[in-house]
Amino acid sequence: MLLIPCPVCGERPEDEFGFGGDATVQPPVTDSASGQAEVDIDGFADYLYLRENPKGRHTELWVHRYGCRRWLVVERDTVTHELYSSRLAAGEGGE
Amino acid sequence: MTGSARRIEGAGLHPGADEVRFQFDGRAYRGQAGDSLASALIANNVRVVARSFKYHRPRGITGIGPEEATGLLAIERATGDEPNTRATTVELYEGLSARGQNAWPSVNFDLSAWLNLASPLFPVGFYYKTFMAPAGAWMFYEHLIRRVAGLGTVPEAVDTEHYTSTHAHTDVLIAGGGAAGLSAALAAGRSGARVILVDENPWLGLGLLGEDARIDGERASDWAANAIAALSVMDNVRILTRTTVAGRYEHGFVILCEKVREAPAGRDDPSPRWRLWKVRAGRVVLATGAIERPLVFANNDRPGVMTASAAAGYLLRHGVLPGSRIVVATENDSGHAAGAHLAQAGAQVTVLDRRDTGTAIAAEAGATVEWSSGVLDIKGARGVRAARAATPKGERWLDCDLVAMAGGWSPALHLYAHTGGKPVWDEARGMFVPGVSEDGVICVGASNGSFDLADVLRQGHEAGLAGGSGATSPAPNVEGARSEKASAAFANLSDAGGKAFVDLQGDVTVADLSLAVREGYRSIEHVKRYTTLGMGTDQGKLGNVNGVRAIAEARGEDVSAIGTTRFRPPYVPLPMGAVAAHQSPDLRHPMRRTAAHDLHEEAGCVWLHAGAWLRPQFYRQGTETDLEAVNREVMAVRENVSIVDVSTLGKIEMAGPDCIEFLNRIYTNGWSTLKIGMGRYGIMLREDGMVFDDGVTMRLAEDHYVMSTTSGGAGAVYEWMTRLLETRWSDLRVVLTPVTEQWFAAALAGPKARDVLARVCDGLDVSNEGLPFMAGRVGTIAGIPARIFRISFSGELSYEINVPADRGAELWQALLEAGAPENMEPYGLESMGVLRLEKGHFVIGREAEGRTNPDDIGLGRMVSSKKWFIGKEALGLPEMTVPNRRQLVGVVPVDPSQRIPYSAHLVLPDRPDEIGGAQGWIASLAYSPTLGHDIALALLEGGHDRIGEALIASAPIAGKKTPVTVVAPHFYDHEGSRQIG
Repeated sequence: MLLIPCPVCGERPEDEFGFGGDATVQPPVTDSASGQAEVDIDGFADYLYLRENPKGRHTELWVHRYGCRRWLVVERDTVTHELYSSRLAAGEGGE
Repeated sequence: MTGSARRIEGAGLHPGADEVRFQFDGRAYRGQAGDSLASALIANNVRVVARSFKYHRPRGITGIGPEEATGLLAIERATGDEPNTRATTVELYEGLSARGQNAWPSVNFDLSAWLNLASPLFPVGFYYKTFMAPAGAWMFYEHLIRRVAGLGTVPEAVDTEHYTSTHAHTDVLIAGGGAAGLSAALAAGRSGARVILVDENPWLGLGLLGEDARIDGERASDWAANAIAALSVMDNVRILTRTTVAGRYEHGFVILCEKVREAPAGRDDPSPRWRLWKVRAGRVVLATGAIERPLVFANNDRPGVMTASAAAGYLLRHGVLPGSRIVVATENDSGHAAGAHLAQAGAQVTVLDRRDTGTAIAAEAGATVEWSSGVLDIKGARGVRAARAATPKGERWLDCDLVAMAGGWSPALHLYAHTGGKPVWDEARGMFVPGVSEDGVICVGASNGSFDLADVLRQGHEAGLAGGSGATSPAPNVEGARSEKASAAFANLSDAGGKAFVDLQGDVTVADLSLAVREGYRSIEHVKRYTTLGMGTDQGKLGNVNGVRAIAEARGEDVSAIGTTRFRPPYVPLPMGAVAAHQSPDLRHPMRRTAAHDLHEEAGCVWLHAGAWLRPQFYRQGTETDLEAVNREVMAVRENVSIVDVSTLGKIEMAGPDCIEFLNRIYTNGWSTLKIGMGRYGIMLREDGMVFDDGVTMRLAEDHYVMSTTSGGAGAVYEWMTRLLETRWSDLRVVLTPVTEQWFAAALAGPKARDVLARVCDGLDVSNEGLPFMAGRVGTIAGIPARIFRISFSGELSYEINVPADRGAELWQALLEAGAPENMEPYGLESMGVLRLEKGHFVIGREAEGRTNPDDIGLGRMVSSKKWFIGKEALGLPEMTVPNRRQLVGVVPVDPSQRIPYSAHLVLPDRPDEIGGAQGWIASLAYSPTLGHDIALALLEGGHDRIGEALIASAPIAGKKTPVTVVAPHFYDHEGSRQIG
């Protein structure tokens, strides 16, 4: 069970967190408040359902569900589980 | 002197210990304090203790620890037999009563023993083969297999023992208290580090028993005793004996299982039987030792065939000499060391060594040693009578009552491998050794493949110091250690004739593994599952390496090409009680109660667990049945007035100038026109276009909103919204605060709701004009600060009143008093479900079940075409508009007097038995007291175009079928006139 460093709460065990998947994946269209979304359907299906499953370093989202409830971007090695970095997803300006 | 048949006076760790009486299979025996059940049975010359899994062959004790594969017994406890307990790990206690398993009437005379003779009829993978052909074979054999194959019987009574769990943090955790573990603990302890030293046995230092080298100038056993004494007084060292490291996980997390007490608790004894430790360790030192392997020859499973280390161990630990005429079959020096101990204790020992030379220690102790020799076969089904020896002078039967096998050592790498470490085959030493370890984990001593005492102590010492910043001390110094001669190269396992077992618990033979390979199974993982190699409660601790060798031989490849199966936690079977610990049914997860809980209880409600919430299902009056109570409550809402506790609905406060923009993005409908003091209903989709949640959001002020979510979705919706704001839309000025538990909420519903509200609204204008449908006001109710929302789930005139949670009970009481002129009484969740079903409102998790888009549930009109929102792209995927999507419809029985069965599928009337071709299913079902018959909401293929069609609602398991008609999914007041008036 991992120990995840939360920038708000400090090092906490994995079972306080929820996993949010690859942090680098972005929606294929720019979110827009107005107008129709012009979408390449195949590209969107890939965005919804396809994820890399890398062996090694992975940048991923975790949410500190039973702590500060903030979203974190964590760099983790998927083989050794070494944690390289952890920061608030909203960035330093987030709060 | 007790259990005197095989007890040697003055031998063992506790000579002359108190007598302990116990029973096995109904016969009384005497052992002594410090015995294990296995040593006590051996001391009493009880040889057959079990029958084997598949062939019902008589089996005795093979090992001395958790590796035991054959001596599995049922131990009597107050609440039923504890099955499959290894006799080697049970400490004897006064009154212990054990029984043999998988045998009838007894292990000595078992009516199923014919299976052994019939074994050619049951080849490897027989179980799987019955699935394949001929058709129906499994149906025929299942009954037979389930009855005769297997282990003990699971007790059915509720366990009354206590269990507990605890957490601990430490700098160093050391698994194993043998030579390496003690050395590591001393070094780490003296450096000032926090240390937890764990050993599965009742005593530390067993690995040094019988060692004749000197450590730091002392006898090895004295050094160990002094080390234990020194550790015991260090404040920074915690010693846990009778404790197994069951699992090792990432970042220094380990699970320990401590047996606090073997004997049943006395009356009023609150002590736990097991304690589960969850430990976070800075470093983990694995000093887990090695497990001796059996040899593979015909009938190597006979009672009285055991590992040499076990045979010597029973003597050294318990003073029990397991045989008087002993044949030691060995391939290495350690078999001679065991033979020497047994000979010195008075046994007549013959050592057969497959090598042509080796140590003289057994010969010096009086044993006969024959080189280039081995054992071929065993005589004696209920206990060894003779061993067939192959020697340079030819073959002959040697009379004996014990055969001790020294087939080499397998480092105990299980804990090393739990996090994914790969054992590496060392051909020269004939063993798997640890490969690469992650930081902070190290194998030392025998578990690292090291058997030289000086090396073992030095490795432990260095591992104990590693990374520590405190004081260092010198490593222990060893004199007089024997240098080991090389072990023999492996024999060809396929040369073994007859039934030569590899896995004693699963009854897997060399021939079985060879057949599996011929049938095309190549991967060790596949062969394992097909043959059951290593799948017993011992997980192949004794048999796996021999199994890997047999597979390598059959494939004509090196052992290194086969590898091991993946070791997974737990290392030993964990008692379920230890895992559950304090979590009795009431404590399994936090129970959430609303602020009016006690008032509901007093009103006689029937409780319902809804997620983590405890909610009133309905309030029974007098001798009402459940249905009568619900019908009464529903009619009260339809015709009079009633209140329901809706505190569990999720509540999220939203503040900031960009809230409208945010709402536009997360809900399918438009929010730009929402005025202050008004609310709007919205549905929220997942990115894949499926309905995720729904609820009303009220605009309380210019930049202040409160969103309501489903009870079950409160956490997930908040998490999803924060994810969007923190990872994608950090430019939006929106602040969210989850306030579900800060507010109590009651819905006042029914035609007379306004009359009741008017009595407590402290001057607030609650007229239809002053507080219209979907409006929200901030004011006071009965003097309590409140938010009043005119929204409706029941379809009647309805007000949802929110007050601070600490005043919830006060509000509930005030409303009930205000409704006294109408004889108002509360209603529960069950009645709310009937009311919403009559209205045709879908529920997240029922009708919207994760594969439902807005159009499927008839809310296509709520999907805006003028703006973007989460899920919009996915709604354009081709699959979203195919005609056979399952769509929401209503279902009523053709004959109103008939009930629709629960959990029913919808099938075509001309094919009522084709459940596989079901057209859909009933999602929600209730009796409608308003309409006087059953009503249901269903998901039906192409349902929107099938209104009026006749179908059958079929519940095949209940054996019930009801003809039904498909109708529109609204049963009552479709126009919604009642809620807006």
